[in-house]
Amino acid sequence: MGNRTPLYETHVALKARMVDFGGWDMPLHYGSQIEEHHRVRQDAGMFDVSHMTIVDIKGREVRDFLRLLLANDVAKLQTPGRALYSCMLNTNGGIIDDLIVYFLDDTLFRVVANAATRERDLAWIRNSAELFGGLQIVPRDELAMIAVQGPKAKEKVCRALGDPVRPAEKLKPFHSMTVGEIFISTTGYTGEEGFELIMPSQAARDIWEALRERDVAPAGLGARDTLRLEAGMCLYGQDMDETTTPLESGLGWTVAFDPPDRKFIGRDVLEKQRASGAPRTLVGLVLEEKGVLRSRQKVLCEALGDGEITSGGFSPTLNRSIALARVPAGVSPGMRCRVDVRGKLLEARVVKYPFVRNGKSCLA
Amino acid sequence: MSNTPAELKYTKSHEWVRREPDGTVTVGITDHAQELMGDLVYVELPEAGRQVSSGKECAVVESVKAASEVYAPVSGEIVAANTALGDTPELINKDPYGEGWMFKIRPSDPKEIDALLDAAAYEAQVAAEKH
Repeated sequence: MGNRTPLYETHVALKARMVDFGGWDMPLHYGSQIEEHHRVRQDAGMFDVSHMTIVDIKGREVRDFLRLLLANDVAKLQTPGRALYSCMLNTNGGIIDDLIVYFLDDTLFRVVANAATRERDLAWIRNSAELFGGLQIVPRDELAMIAVQGPKAKEKVCRALGDPVRPAEKLKPFHSMTVGEIFISTTGYTGEEGFELIMPSQAARDIWEALRERDVAPAGLGARDTLRLEAGMCLYGQDMDETTTPLESGLGWTVAFDPPDRKFIGRDVLEKQRASGAPRTLVGLVLEEKGVLRSRQKVLCEALGDGEITSGGFSPTLNRSIALARVPAGVSPGMRCRVDVRGKLLEARVVKYPFVRNGKSCLA
Repeated sequence: MSNTPAELKYTKSHEWVRREPDGTVTVGITDHAQELMGDLVYVELPEAGRQVSSGKECAVVESVKAASEVYAPVSGEIVAANTALGDTPELINKDPYGEGWMFKIRPSDPKEIDALLDAAAYEAQVAAEKH
């Protein structure tokens, strides 16, 4: 038996197909993954993401610590509630994890990281914090988390949770606020508008039920994966890991090289890679034939060499197969390549991603 | 609970087989198999005229989750394939024993059909897999 979230019984009662995900028993889907996907793109869906790692970091020097720990710069966060996406790197510039960091007050930041990387993350954060006096690293395992995503998500959450939550509807992307015991942020992993709600475990079931009453569709990890792939968002452990840098993972935009005097872990290696050019790059692929692209399939880019699909699948919105692939530098949107699918070479087009944003195709 | 019609024959690899009056057999994947796979998005079918051998891969079904091979339950010649699945692979999810059929084989040795699992034996196998 794996770890269970406070909503485990709720998923079972909804007849979810439960699977192991990084040691957690999680819902894959509640009947039809594709239907759940469409509900999120067209209306509103909700995901139990209580397995994610939530860590509060407290102390007078917390900002300085995070400026060293993270490749993006928390100095960008100037008003309480602001959020930032960042990679956490090892000394070789490899990605230990990707995460969202929230500025709550001058002595308190919150980090939301992946579930499967929890122990490694905590060890790395604690170890790196030793240079700083008096920092408290506090995993918040007593909290649950529900992501509510889709064009009608914000409106439905505000109606389900009542007037005190109303002001959250006006939050811009990557902001947050706390209303009573609920932490509300305008973040997500689907390419749609919406909220991620963090709450005490014992409140999770009531909030889930209140959202159900507003016709927010339960959605599983399956839909979460096809939604994030369409949105061109990397999945840790699949599209990037400790052997790849942000520059090789389409995440150069998340690395703050300015100001040049900020030291952050991995900076030296990234500086060199930026100067010489990363040897590999992450691109989007659209399959031009029938079939389904899958991770680990080989990508043939003619004279430029071979690459590999890191995430592939079927896009319910585009009704064709799409993928993220790590390919030799120089492969760029507009080019064509071929993918080895069970020994057959299928034609694919290299495209810019995201593939889908706010319910609409981004493909030319 | 998945549906396992009593009049069909089954394989351990989750194909079903129906004897047709013209001596051919129709083949598809079971309700249990489609449920395990989730929403199907692509099907690769064998071409008519191809010789297939029992137990050997002869088609592929791909769901949102993964690709799975479909094996020929008996040896023989492919005489038809369900081309409707090209645009609507979800027919397998909706009606695995009807509109979701995959291909027809003219068996070279009809005795191979008798050796396949009956519904009770297939259900027992599915139950065993769950534990």
